[in-house]
Amino acid sequence: MSLRQDTRTGSVRRRTGGQLPLVLLLPALVGLAFLLVPLIGLLIKAPWSTLPSRLFSADIWQALRLSLLCATLATTVCLLLGIPLAWLLARASLPGRGLIRALVTVPLVLPPVVGGVALLLVLGRRGLIGERLDLWFGFSLPFTTAGVVVAEAFVAMPFLVISVEGALRAADPRYEEAAATLGAGRWLTFRRVTLPSIAPGVVAGAVLCWARALGEFGATITFAGNLPGRTTTMPLAVYLALETDPDVAVVLSLVLLLVSVVVLASLRERWISGLR
Amino acid sequence: MTLYADVRVSRGAFDLSLDLTVEPGEVVALLGPNGAGKTTALRAIAGLLPVGAGRVALDDEVWDEPPRVFRTPDRRPIGVVFQDYLLFDHLSALENVAFGLRARGVEKHAARAEALRWLGAVGLASYARSRPRALSGGQAQRVALVRALATSPSVLLLDEPLAALDASTTLHVRAELGQHLNRYEGRTLLVTHDPLDAMVLADRLVIVENGRIVQQGRPTDIARRPRTDYVAQLVGLNLYRGTATNTTVALTDGGTITLAEPASGPVHVAFPPTAVSLYPEPPTGSPRNTWPAVVTGIEQHAHTVRVRLDATPTGPTTLLADITPAAVADLHLTPGQHLHATLKATEIHTYPS
Amino acid sequence: MFRRTALAALAAAAALTLAGCGNDSPAASSSGSSTTALSGTVNVFAAASLTGSFTQLGKDFEKAHPGVKVNFNFAGSSALAQQINQGAPADVFASAAPKNMDQVADKNTPTTFVKNTLEIAVPTGNPGKITGLKDFADKNKKIALCAVQVPCGAAADKVFKAVGITPQPDSLEQDVKAALTKVSLGEVDAALVYKTDVLSAKGKVEGIEFPEASTAVNEYPIATLTKAPNADGAKAFVDYVLSDQGKAVLTASGFDSP
Repeated sequence: MSLRQDTRTGSVRRRTGGQLPLVLLLPALVGLAFLLVPLIGLLIKAPWSTLPSRLFSADIWQALRLSLLCATLATTVCLLLGIPLAWLLARASLPGRGLIRALVTVPLVLPPVVGGVALLLVLGRRGLIGERLDLWFGFSLPFTTAGVVVAEAFVAMPFLVISVEGALRAADPRYEEAAATLGAGRWLTFRRVTLPSIAPGVVAGAVLCWARALGEFGATITFAGNLPGRTTTMPLAVYLALETDPDVAVVLSLVLLLVSVVVLASLRERWISGLR
Repeated sequence: MTLYADVRVSRGAFDLSLDLTVEPGEVVALLGPNGAGKTTALRAIAGLLPVGAGRVALDDEVWDEPPRVFRTPDRRPIGVVFQDYLLFDHLSALENVAFGLRARGVEKHAARAEALRWLGAVGLASYARSRPRALSGGQAQRVALVRALATSPSVLLLDEPLAALDASTTLHVRAELGQHLNRYEGRTLLVTHDPLDAMVLADRLVIVENGRIVQQGRPTDIARRPRTDYVAQLVGLNLYRGTATNTTVALTDGGTITLAEPASGPVHVAFPPTAVSLYPEPPTGSPRNTWPAVVTGIEQHAHTVRVRLDATPTGPTTLLADITPAAVADLHLTPGQHLHATLKATEIHTYPS
Repeated sequence: MFRRTALAALAAAAALTLAGCGNDSPAASSSGSSTTALSGTVNVFAAASLTGSFTQLGKDFEKAHPGVKVNFNFAGSSALAQQINQGAPADVFASAAPKNMDQVADKNTPTTFVKNTLEIAVPTGNPGKITGLKDFADKNKKIALCAVQVPCGAAADKVFKAVGITPQPDSLEQDVKAALTKVSLGEVDAALVYKTDVLSAKGKVEGIEFPEASTAVNEYPIATLTKAPNADGAKAFVDYVLSDQGKAVLTASGFDSP
């Protein structure tokens, strides 16, 4: 993305071509290598000769489909709950906002497995809320696909909230004032003025959120367990495959990687560039 | 129905206290330097800022009266044109204009038809689908104006509506804005720091300094009798109406002025008092605008002396000239004295009225 | 790869030198089979299910051999096997299954040091009213099993095949501790775990023994590694595990002697 910009504004690059880039370029390349080398390792280790036959295993597609479904649903949940939360943090004058903001990031810091246990303690069959759900509705989240969505949403939500809150802070609140003078109430203003103006931030947050949900392992396996077709997402399948057949694990990882890169790249192209 | 605004707002050391009324069809300009509290007053009337004390009301419909009454902006029949317009970038010009109608419950198709009519009224029908970013400054200003007017507000609030424009478009847009304000039947409050905008557009000037009204009245009255140095400098402007034929303007109150650029039809002519020079004898080289004049008044300001002259029958009835104290001494200026006044044609601003 | 080999060689050389120093001043051993004074550190890679008992064993071993430090790396057996194969500086490998031991190439002959049998774990009070293995086929009961890819899952699979029951699990957990957690939190009515695990969670879970457990006894092999940086220490530690003191600690944790 940044490379393309460089070539577009060639004059800028020529002007700053003197001393700045080397200082930045070197660590940038090291950083890029740092991120890409493990990927290359996977590609090298991939069992290319047996790859096609392995790819056509039903288990892979089942896990992949479940992964995509759950990550998308989790992102939807995060959007529905996270955008209002971000709005509250950015706009409302509420006491202890700093503390609330810090608490929102807790799922980022918490080891996912611990997050899963925490979810069990609250939403599990004997959990604070889960017990009521089970008692009143005969419904229990663990070991269900809905449980996977809950676990993924829990872990991924901070990415959305932080991103959207940043966009809201950067957005000019005077546009909301303008809408108010035109007779728009707060909800209409939010829908028709605020939300469109922070769309790039929302999309960026949703993309991060989706990617995080797609790779989620610890909280998912702890809270939702692992049952093929119901709660076995790709990362779980990869982990268990690693126990017996590392080659299969590599194949699964590559599939997950490929799908996510394709989805993220096309989303970025479409949204970020379209909005710019 | 009259807009009453007794606006009192305190913010730290700054203290604003203005008592304003605007009658239907009237255009009142709030004129003053930056930081005088003009915009704060406008925001309070719009409901974007609650007053600390006082009262804002449209006749007996109270909008804001602490501690009991406060109507949010969306529940006030107002239209606001903001300094940088604040057009919604993600909406087309048409959708921007239709926004207020939609927000007030007008059905979608009707709102769009009405919005299109408004755009047509300012000659922008063909830009209906353009995004605000694709519009020129003048076009954006007109969209902002009709967006505010489309909901037929009882009160129109304009915050420095011409400040974001470059000098060349300002003249034209100002004249056009004047025409729209003339047609508008509601109450208009215009906030500006530019005396020219205020004098051309407003029926009444309210001059604000440090959060207080220092003088108010008709533009010509204020220009004739400025009460403070600040007001004198602010409105120290020679402003005339007349009819232009090529480079000659026949002034409505008698006399003529010669322009550097040709014009035609009814015009405003304005120039600062510093553009006028005074000579005891007719100057050589015959500048185009040279009039015999009689001194009618002398006012001492901080660094200049303002001389009031009568240049009839060849020039304007009231002519202001700012000269240095040294020149006053040289000329032995006294009221009733006969002099020759010249005006540099290049410092004259003309705009259609 | 080359650099890692070099490093390992360097570490081995250092260990040898240290061991050599130790040989210069023979000291009486207080216990175990070691006759030479030991020093340095012994890196023990052990299956996660050995965490409790090996930690105790390590302390005892250090007491018996002052100057020696035992470092443990507890994880799933297959992960450990991979780490060792990728050059991790391990001296001893104690696996929860012979299969994972087989995956490690550079090792000395392994010895089975304990056996672990499966047991049904239920939450305290047995809310699901579990009586035996047949309840695992009941769709109305919440059941967790280990995934078949990990040792406890493989063992459970063997048991169910032997008795002809098709279990209806709600989750296939990634390791035995995860299955146990689900029981102790009451999320499931029953899970099939090792006897040692039931013992370790005493108070939160109850164990139900079943006769068919004998069909899938899990054997734990232990071996020193040929590339061990501290070969003497490795041997001493394995000897200690196999000694009577070692056995006592392990049995107390619920393991059976081989």
